[in-house]
Amino acid sequence: MKPDLRFDFVADMQKSTLTVRREFAAKRQLVWDCYTKCELLDQWYAPKPLTTKTKSFDFNEGGHWHFAMIDPNGTHYWSRTDYETITPIDGYTGYDGFTDETGVINPNLPRSHIAMTFTDQGAHTLTETVVSYNSPEDLQTVIDMGMEEGMASTLERLDELLVKLTA
Amino acid sequence: MDKYNEPLDTIFHALADPTRRAVVQCLVKGPAPVKELAAPYNMALPSFMKHISVLEQAGLIASQKQGRVRTCTFNPDKLAAAEQWFEQQRAIWASRFDNLDNLLTTLQGETDET
Repeated sequence: MKPDLRFDFVADMQKSTLTVRREFAAKRQLVWDCYTKCELLDQWYAPKPLTTKTKSFDFNEGGHWHFAMIDPNGTHYWSRTDYETITPIDGYTGYDGFTDETGVINPNLPRSHIAMTFTDQGAHTLTETVVSYNSPEDLQTVIDMGMEEGMASTLERLDELLVKLTA
Repeated sequence: MDKYNEPLDTIFHALADPTRRAVVQCLVKGPAPVKELAAPYNMALPSFMKHISVLEQAGLIASQKQGRVRTCTFNPDKLAAAEQWFEQQRAIWASRFDNLDNLLTTLQGETDET
């Protein structure tokens, strides 16, 4: 990351939301394109060392993006983003959910609501992503799932976490 | 929304209260008897026990009675899982945005050349 670009990551436990803000050194139209065209999404969306592969894409209200994030062993993690409202090039809202390869949403896992906004910041662009879960129980389910996947426990930043939970 | 219907079984509900957060912070240092935990608060014991019970239901603490003394211990697993998840989410977003920085640089390079 370029050191002068803003990056905020805020968890609000009482509202079960994550708010992520990030500045990019590019015009809003270009950043918007990177979020809303699958040939561009495929080039950045999965965190390293995973890669992104689109199975189907329809960026329209009521449409969805069905894609996989693929780890170096070739394991596919399927998801889909359903688009709810779209206001080019200011923002969009939708739902993120886990699916199988055919795109069927896993009913046992909570979906999160996402609200994306894009604003001019001089020659740069500021994006804000608000990820909300329906309830603290939904968020707990997602966390417990992560725990089952064998994450090691640490308590190094417990005090920081307690401060975060208070926010 | 649904504020009054929420079951009391999540760590988030348990930690939404300042008294309960303080109790957890205290127990992180080591087990303590309920009486000692309650001492700083101007609160009737039954009210304090309700807080202890919420923390127990959330799996954040456990308590055991020996003779007339009930001792509470901190259970780190639940909170550690939440912490790990947030750290993991942060790392995912940070890595994803780094990729996007690189892509934007490439795309702007292409535009400049044409």
